[in-house]
Amino acid sequence: MCLGIPGQVVEIIDAAKHLAKVEISGVRRQISLACIVSDSHPIESCVGDWVLVHVGFAMSVINEDEARKTLELLMELGEAQKELEAMQSSEQN
Amino acid sequence: MKYVDEFRDPELAKTLLAEIERLLPKIKTTSQRPLQIMEFCGGHTHTIFRYGLEQLLPKTIELIHGPGCPVCVLPMGRVDDCIALAERPEVIFTTFGDAMRVPGSRKNLLQAKADGADVRMVYSPLDALELAKKNPDREVIFFALGFETTMPSTALTVLQAAEDNVKNFSLFCNHITTVPTIKAILDSPSMQLDGFVAPGHVSMVVGEEPFHFVANLYKKPIVITGFEPIDILQSLWLLIKQIAEGRCQVENQYARVVATGGNSPGLAAMASVFELRDYFEWRGLGSIDQSGVKMTEAYSHFDAEKKFSMPNLKVADPELCQCGEVLRGAIKPWQCQLFGTACTPETPMGALMVSSEGACAAYYNFGNLQEIMTLKEKSIS
Ligand code: SF4
Repeated sequence: MCLGIPGQVVEIIDAAKHLAKVEISGVRRQISLACIVSDSHPIESCVGDWVLVHVGFAMSVINEDEARKTLELLMELGEAQKELEAMQSSEQN
Repeated sequence: MKYVDEFRDPELAKTLLAEIERLLPKIKTTSQRPLQIMEFCGGHTHTIFRYGLEQLLPKTIELIHGPGCPVCVLPMGRVDDCIALAERPEVIFTTFGDAMRVPGSRKNLLQAKADGADVRMVYSPLDALELAKKNPDREVIFFALGFETTMPSTALTVLQAAEDNVKNFSLFCNHITTVPTIKAILDSPSMQLDGFVAPGHVSMVVGEEPFHFVANLYKKPIVITGFEPIDILQSLWLLIKQIAEGRCQVENQYARVVATGGNSPGLAAMASVFELRDYFEWRGLGSIDQSGVKMTEAYSHFDAEKKFSMPNLKVADPELCQCGEVLRGAIKPWQCQLFGTACTPETPMGALMVSSEGACAAYYNFGNLQEIMTLKEKSIS
């Protein structure tokens, strides 16, 4: 929850609500981009961004190399597995 | 633990360790006592143990593991409140998985679920909001916890709920704030800290500015730090360099993620949804002024504390549990009587054993357990 997990924005789902599909370690999930969009970085330009995702929100744009290193660290700490499991088992219905 | 050679950049790690080694004798205090550096954040504690950083460092540096694990500092009374809410028949109580096993005075959320309460694990507060939309005849409560790292996400979820006019969604707000807590630690007479490793992801949200008081008012160096072992080594080097040169500043080792001004959309959302509480109760640490937030008047119709009545009792921690002393750095986890015997990650008595970011769980999982238990036996007999 505190460490977050890196992913890549693959597609915008709802521009008005800042929602996008983000691929995180092979898992695709709806994520809010509300914290990373700005006038100079509008939502349409976010596709392809590597982002650090905390509990369903992209909190910061990072570069690809940083994303890869962070994921390796999270794997070693066992945190990545926990995050992915939480994502997949999350109840929305 | 790992050996330096297995680090991603062993050469850099060795250089940093050698530099730290070279600088330490220049610091006068080290001839009398070790330098005490606190890592505030549980994420850092986890990395430190996983990579055995303490064993790599010279004896003249002591790392004090701070209270920055939001699950660990949740008082028992608040867990009891969660259970009281969850046991209401109309309620679907939603929470992050980390919070399920935190002990309350009667039971934890997992046991409440087994006893029939409708408790559901969600990954994101947005999932809880979805759940509310799909179950209009139920009341969905999201158990909001965490430091500033997770505050933007709950604030933005409440803003979304307001926009969508969702009436059956509310937050049980247990968010806690970093800065007043660091201040309380600095004000505590029993603490003699020489520097701080500041939390990376809290800083990602709040930026550098809120930490300036540590350097300006308290004259302690503080470095915003990432979570790789090499990040922590580099920050320790930066801290020791500051101490050796008689400087105290806020430095940002984690600039690749942390912008100087923090995250403005996140901060704006937080400012409209949350305001400081006068005080908040912490497990083991007692009450700390302004160390938590509640919901603002404008969003009080999303506040579970206003919507529902709850017991809101103060419950003392179990007598033998020494989480407080460990959180304050007064004892090491293995010095607690319950460590490794009555209290293990499978059967946690105290909150520090619940989350992988808690100091006790970190010692238990990654320390040399046999050695630790021998030390413990010796200290008891
Ligand atoms: S061993 Fe258990 S009871 Fe003792 S300080 Fe650690 S978490 Fe608390």
